[in-house]
Amino acid sequence: MPDLKFSDAEPDDHERALVDALVEQPPVVRQSERVVLGGIRRAGDARHLLLPGLHDLNASRGWISPGGLNYLAESLQVPPAEAFGVASFYDLFELEEPDMPGPRHHVCVDASCALADASGYAQQLRAEGKNVHEGPCLGQCENAPALFIQARSSDPVDMASTGETEQKFNATLANRLLRRFGLVDPQSLRSYREHGGYQALKTAIEVGQEEIIRLVTESGLTGRGGAAFPTGRKWRTVANHDHRQKYVVANADESEPGTFKDRMIIENDPFALIEAMTIAGFATGCTKGWIYIRGEYSTATKRLRSAIEQAYQAGLLGANVHDGAFTFDIELRQGAGAYICGEETALFNSIEGFRGEPRSKPPFPTESGLFGCPTIVNNPETLINVLDIATYGVDVFRSVGTPNSPGTKLFCVSGDVGNPGLYEAAFGLPLHELLEVAGVQIEDVQAVLLGGAAGRFLAPPNLDLPLSFEGTAERGATLGSGAVTVFSKDVDLWSVLVRLAKFFRDESCGQCVPCRIGTTRQHEVLLQIRGTQPNESERVLLSDLSMVMGDSSICGLGHTAASAVQSAFTEGLVGVQT
Amino acid sequence: MSNKSVSLHIDDQLITVPEGTTILEAAQSMNIEIPTLCWAENLTPVNVCRLCVVEAEGARTLIPACSRTCEDGAAVKTNTDRVRENRRMVLELLDSANDLSQSDNLQELISDYGADSDRYTDPVKTTTPPKVEDDLFVRAYERCVLCYKCVEACGDDAQFTFAIAVAGRGFDAKISTEHDVPLPESACVYCGNCIGVCPTNALQFKTEFDMREAANWRPEEQSVTETICSYCGVGCTLELHTQDNQIVKVTSPADHSVTSGHLCVKGRFGWQYVQAPVYRAPSSDSEQSAK
Ligand SMILES: Cc1cc2nc3c(=O)[nH]c(=O)nc-3n(C[C@H](O)[C@H](O)[C@H](O)COP(=O)(O)O)c2cc1C
Ligand code: SF4
Ligand code: SF4
Ligand code: SF4
Ligand code: FES
Repeated sequence: MPDLKFSDAEPDDHERALVDALVEQPPVVRQSERVVLGGIRRAGDARHLLLPGLHDLNASRGWISPGGLNYLAESLQVPPAEAFGVASFYDLFELEEPDMPGPRHHVCVDASCALADASGYAQQLRAEGKNVHEGPCLGQCENAPALFIQARSSDPVDMASTGETEQKFNATLANRLLRRFGLVDPQSLRSYREHGGYQALKTAIEVGQEEIIRLVTESGLTGRGGAAFPTGRKWRTVANHDHRQKYVVANADESEPGTFKDRMIIENDPFALIEAMTIAGFATGCTKGWIYIRGEYSTATKRLRSAIEQAYQAGLLGANVHDGAFTFDIELRQGAGAYICGEETALFNSIEGFRGEPRSKPPFPTESGLFGCPTIVNNPETLINVLDIATYGVDVFRSVGTPNSPGTKLFCVSGDVGNPGLYEAAFGLPLHELLEVAGVQIEDVQAVLLGGAAGRFLAPPNLDLPLSFEGTAERGATLGSGAVTVFSKDVDLWSVLVRLAKFFRDESCGQCVPCRIGTTRQHEVLLQIRGTQPNESERVLLSDLSMVMGDSSICGLGHTAASAVQSAFTEGLVGVQT
Repeated sequence: MSNKSVSLHIDDQLITVPEGTTILEAAQSMNIEIPTLCWAENLTPVNVCRLCVVEAEGARTLIPACSRTCEDGAAVKTNTDRVRENRRMVLELLDSANDLSQSDNLQELISDYGADSDRYTDPVKTTTPPKVEDDLFVRAYERCVLCYKCVEACGDDAQFTFAIAVAGRGFDAKISTEHDVPLPESACVYCGNCIGVCPTNALQFKTEFDMREAANWRPEEQSVTETICSYCGVGCTLELHTQDNQIVKVTSPADHSVTSGHLCVKGRFGWQYVQAPVYRAPSSDSEQSAK
């Protein structure tokens, strides 16, 4: 360890107590971990406590003071400049004393909320004297316009505005993943067990590790986080590694605009995620799991925290899971407002206490992931599919869906929709059928954005698109995260495009040139040409930007930052003579 | 390092290199030129500028030559239309955002690749006034392309001081001390290693900054004298850059076995005594110590 120099800034008593409490009580495992960061090796015992520490400090005073940051950095032996670099990466952290006291009211201004007059809502809150921040999608698109109140620990909790919202889900098309929604008490392990919970883990232990990996592989389960990678292959690679430490990470950062499925899974059935992760750990020899949950998901976080505690108390997590069968711990981490931290390697950096900048791949997470160890990263929806696969086997799982996209998928339907909410459907269902069930007037549809900001627009002639991986790929579209955002004919699509471009500009981590500057230029150009028929040179400029971001960026954010915009042109939705 | 080797085609020529060799290193050994900006031989590759992208058969996107290692059986092309178009765009984007006038290397590439930043109407630029906080060096971040080199040199690639890091996000990301405090209040030890690696002259000696302000900076008239630093027994090689018989800056060769280009505050900035009015001629003084 180098001799680090810290400043003279002092914390106040409360800040000091918070940091002392955090650093004195290390969570479940404390071990010396070699950190691999883009080839740089660094030892860091406690650095992964930086993010939780920043949360504590920010919640204490509503901002992170120089004294608090300095004391935290010193306690964790993190260079202060780096601690500042990390803190300033996240939207939810303030590094200057806010002009306005009181909780921060985050209002979403992305697509579905914009359709529900989010800016009017923000104005109204401002008029009420609230501290308002307009920002990206909050993952509550079914209850637009969405609000997230970021309170300090000392703020009186306003029950009326943080009260739980109505759970909107619909299991009429398929009912596997939603099976327990609304029936099970999400805060009770006993209730979970009464509804079939922990049967899958029991079966898994009976049939053994190899068999579980075989089942997951043969089921054809693929990732639901956007990249559709075969889950069995990931598990197999990590299982084969004979490394002293391996991890399972549940990626619940869910920040793709229009997506709210993982939040609803965790709010309604949190034990399912815990059980599925435990099976993943058992099957692949990982003794530790991490759940990285979006910082804005307060209800889901509360429920998950309580579920983890109950599972520990019941001996379903910890050193002797299922009467000594194996060891599995779970640690929870909250994000702090950064879409990019959903990218798996950015997520590792974020947990480790570094800036959430994606790493270069290869090496892939299954070789060198969290703390440089072999790591399985899966989306919560991917993971809970494993419960049915373990319990009912491959044939039952594959009995719905298409041969190449077996099983069911959760779709987050919002925007100009009669009944917005979460819909489960077998893969292969034509898009318009999903829309009809969700109460969409098909003849009124101008466009559908499938897959969120990283997805693509579809014009009405494409509404017969089969909702499967192969069906979407054939038409150059993507299911992505399962976000389905509907725009009726009276929507100004230009403003939707400008906002999409702004989203990427705001959310780029800034690491690589094509994305850092390219997303900024794309937004500027769209602002300049909105509402017009772009001329040849403007079209070329946009497609050059699309090329360099798509070809030369480091990660998926840059790779997809122009896809929705480009698709709006190719689908003839904007910029054509009418 | 393993002693296995891998064979691949680079621009249709077969080459065999030890496993772990980067595409850039392999290409350099074949005299194939690949432009770089964030790469340096004395730093760990961060592959952020994307100027060195090349095309590998079977890969969906382009790949960075500076950090990607050679794979057996690979076929890499370093100069296709697609590669050149992407490099042109990277240069264009950089030129649209930063003042690159003090980087000859980038100016040359911009014209070679035909990058045209005039295509953008009112692009936002990085506009931070130069930070002049001491007598030793100046940080003019309007020229900063965020190549991370100074951060690496200050951190675990050389100095282990960690006085500066990247702060903020996206286009607003910048190199900063904690809470952006002035350098003298930070952990900085004034080794000047960040200046030594900066490719755009965003970081420069105060002498150079002042001379440029006075329109008195004339690199074509400068000469470089090699000498060994006299302060301690390590024996770092110094390159004294002089103009009008005055030292204007001090560097060390990046490929030097002792320094890898890095120095400490004494070697980097402690030259004033050489120019003190003594009864010896300053020029013969520096020549003698070079022996
Ligand atoms: C910018 C960006 C954001 C992402 N956000 C998420 C996310 O919020 N949740 C998620 O599961 N995957 C996200 N991903 C994909 C992950 O990198 C990773 O592929 C996924 O978590 C793997 O899980 P799966 O195989 O179960 O889909 C994101 C990728 C990118 C490039
Ligand atoms: S593509 Fe964008 S988000 Fe990804 S590493 Fe580059 S700058 Fe960061
Ligand atoms: S002079 Fe040395 S210590 Fe100071 S910022 Fe530069 S590299 Fe870091
Ligand atoms: S100051 Fe120079 S070395 Fe540092 S990031 Fe900017 S351009 Fe690179
Ligand atoms: S030199 Fe390779 S990415 Fe910068």
